[in-house]
Amino acid sequence: MKVVLDHLTKKFPSRNKKGDTVTAVSDFCFEVPDGSLIGLLGPSGCGKSTALNLICGLEKPTSGRIFFGDDDVTNLPPENRGVGLVFQNYALYPHLTVRQNILFPLQNLKGKDRLSKAEMLKKADEAAKLVQIEQLMDRKPSEMSGGQQQRVAIARALVKLPRVLLLDEPLSNLDARLRLQTREEIRRIQRDTGITTIFVTHDQEEAMSISDLIVVMKAGVVQQIGRPQEVYDDPANLFVAKFLGTPPINVFEGRVAGGKLFLGEDEVLRVAGVDDQPVWAGVRPEGFIPQEAGPLCCSLAGVEVMGRDTSVVSSHPAAENVSIRSIITAEHRIDKDAETVRFALKPNKVFLFRRDSEERIPFEAV
Amino acid sequence: MDYDVIEQRTRRRETLRKTLTYFFLSIWALIVLFPFYWMILSSLKSYSAYNSEYIPKFYTLAPTLQNYKDAFTAVPLSRYFLNTLIFTLVTTALMLVVILFAAFAFARLDFPGKNVVFALFLALMMIPNELVIITNFVTITDWGLRNTFTGLILPSVTSVFYIYLLKENFEQIPDELYKAAKVDGTSDLKYLFKVMLPICQPTMVTITILKIIECWNAYVWPRLITDDEAYFLVSNGIQEIRENGFGRENIPAMMAAVVVISVPLIVLFLIFRKKVMAGVSRGGTKG
Amino acid sequence: MENKNWKAWLYLLPAIAFLGVFMVYPLADVLVYSFEEGYNSASQTFFGTGLYNYSYVLHDPYFLQAVKNTFILVIITVPVSTGIALLISLGLNSIRRLRELYQTVFFLPYVTNTLAVGLVFMILFKKTPYSDGMVNLLINWFGGESVDFIDGPYWAKMFVMCFYTVWVVMPFKILILTSALASVRQDYYNAAKIDGTSKWRIFTRITLPMISPMIFYLIITGFIGAFKAYSDEVALFGTDLNAAGMNTIVGYVYDMLYGDSGGYPSYASAAALILFAIVFTITVINLLISRKNVHY
Repeated sequence: MKVVLDHLTKKFPSRNKKGDTVTAVSDFCFEVPDGSLIGLLGPSGCGKSTALNLICGLEKPTSGRIFFGDDDVTNLPPENRGVGLVFQNYALYPHLTVRQNILFPLQNLKGKDRLSKAEMLKKADEAAKLVQIEQLMDRKPSEMSGGQQQRVAIARALVKLPRVLLLDEPLSNLDARLRLQTREEIRRIQRDTGITTIFVTHDQEEAMSISDLIVVMKAGVVQQIGRPQEVYDDPANLFVAKFLGTPPINVFEGRVAGGKLFLGEDEVLRVAGVDDQPVWAGVRPEGFIPQEAGPLCCSLAGVEVMGRDTSVVSSHPAAENVSIRSIITAEHRIDKDAETVRFALKPNKVFLFRRDSEERIPFEAV
Repeated sequence: MDYDVIEQRTRRRETLRKTLTYFFLSIWALIVLFPFYWMILSSLKSYSAYNSEYIPKFYTLAPTLQNYKDAFTAVPLSRYFLNTLIFTLVTTALMLVVILFAAFAFARLDFPGKNVVFALFLALMMIPNELVIITNFVTITDWGLRNTFTGLILPSVTSVFYIYLLKENFEQIPDELYKAAKVDGTSDLKYLFKVMLPICQPTMVTITILKIIECWNAYVWPRLITDDEAYFLVSNGIQEIRENGFGRENIPAMMAAVVVISVPLIVLFLIFRKKVMAGVSRGGTKG
Repeated sequence: MENKNWKAWLYLLPAIAFLGVFMVYPLADVLVYSFEEGYNSASQTFFGTGLYNYSYVLHDPYFLQAVKNTFILVIITVPVSTGIALLISLGLNSIRRLRELYQTVFFLPYVTNTLAVGLVFMILFKKTPYSDGMVNLLINWFGGESVDFIDGPYWAKMFVMCFYTVWVVMPFKILILTSALASVRQDYYNAAKIDGTSKWRIFTRITLPMISPMIFYLIITGFIGAFKAYSDEVALFGTDLNAAGMNTIVGYVYDMLYGDSGGYPSYASAAALILFAIVFTITVINLLISRKNVHY
């Protein structure tokens, strides 16, 4: 099922002053391709959860429309939309067993949609099998681990074969090891069922690793939509560049003069097609190449060898943060005791942004 | 599937539900408020006007304060009032001191047998008042304390429940504070009053309010222990008024007395609304 | 450390002293009284020990009337008040506007002197030669006959008694249920909404099980409270409850102890212990049932 968000806007009345409004989601336009897995990504308070609530119908948009396929569902109550929602803390009914929890949505169906008891049980078993919890059907939620509860919640959302599956921070209540496992699991379930799935997260790694497309949001406004690698390699603005990637991108105060990029006093790159102006320059950690006569001169603070790669921590007067983190491959050797280290920069790992609007400035490497 | 119809139906049902809810809540509000309205209304009608209304009127065009004057002059209402005030204040104050020390000992100090004693205290919470009041009546009578404030007050200056409540609250104060105070050479008593009490002030206020409500409405014990009007509390006073007061059945004056008795607690409640309600929901059942 | 122990006991001394004299000792004493036959409080003598006091009380028509009244009161008011309180709390939780106002109003009976307001109820329901009273006026409007609710037929008196009791116990129940309902996480309702659960099913399958511990708490405390009914009845029917035929068990205890028919602490003790046994048994039964039915 294709999901179309058309100029979706949601305003809430402000808490402090009367008449004021807070815009949680602003002019959200997006066409979700059928059968894809979408990650809605952003820091807390960016409006991603509100966007999710709008799609499932728990909130009504102030303006704009929502389509599932060709159906306009904007004004439909949630139960008529055919969505499944998995809550951040699962919202499993504590007094019901796993089987009863999964059966719950089916028992709500009325009239011609009503299934026979045997059919319901069969469907519940199928859903349980899909998330691999068949052997836990008679437990109560309190007798299960977080990861198992998560699976039950997904099974409950899937059992009525929703047109769209929505997941709110699906991994945030799990510990690190389970998180890795569960996100693969979500990917697999989504592939198996082919249901259009949208999930919300503040963890960029999570979103990048399993999504077909990610939507980066900030303060209610969509910053960029694209395939994870595309967004990483080609960020639309400084916020997106900073938000994606571990370790994060290194940001320098720089300026462009006569087709050259200066970071502090160091002339590091020739950039064509950019007017002279002060800029923010972002360099991905993997964009540094240690070179005897490299143009960027940094004071060396430490070298951490991490198996395959080496992480170099250094500092530079023009850098926004105290330390610069760069990842270099093991073939380059760094003298740990040296006072300075010099780098050349890979042009495709360097991004320029306007100082004022923080928008991306395209350039041609020469 | 016509979405407009679905939406319209949902909205209509929602409006209907809201209306019914407000209607239902208003009915109960009316049932709650009507007695209050009626007592104020009746207290403002003159004696002759009230008695001439074979069919009671829902309003009065000639309100009078005469009944309030009668209430204070014909029966010793101000006496009852003063008694209740003394009883309430002294009982509450004494109880606060007693439970404060007990809760402090349980929460802060370590001594052998503490857990046993505390368990015994908790067991006492299950004992209904009706069981012990018989002996207490005899005890107070034997001590010759009938018709005295001492007799009225003594049995109600401890409450296991409040000790328990306060102890729980005290225990939430981190140990470090006590250790820090000890390092600074603060005495236990000083620590109790300078540190614990201010921190637990909200609980103390809650307990105080609950106890005041309890005292103000006390009826059974005062009735047993006093038969001299000079020591009647308002509850007994109002009963006395009902059975012997005002010579004739002077209902407007009776209502004036009822208003006067009810007002202090209602005012107290309206001022401390949040605290009272929070306190009651934390475990105070009436009586 | 010795010094410290001594101090701790000092802090506890007032509490222990008061509880000892006015709770522990009476507890033992009431048992003793109840077995002392023919105890005379003036001469402080008795002529035997045994079960005579219990037998006397159990054969006293006043006591049997009191037991009957109390049981009717309990059986009617506990379910009725809990049910209405649940409806009101559900209503309160579903509205935003005026909610605080309603809550404040509904709480008012809690902070009023029950004796005083009971008088108002008496006047509203009483039929006198001068006037049939407010409630009868309403009944007449709807085409009914006037009834004297205070000195009239038994069912009418019982009705006022139950009505007033419900009025008095309602604030506490509404308060507890409202906060219990508010503490059910919104997520559960959202989840149910997305699954298209009907309002009724949400109520029976989610809300009710989630607040069931609080409901049982209210039922248990309600039973205990209603069994101890006394001062509300005094407010409505005056101090001579036996004459009015509206006595309660607690009323019987106090009447035995003191007042016009008083001076029999032994009978009072026996009656009080019988009451305690009844309340205890019913509480245990309640707890057993709730153990079975309350989820988690």
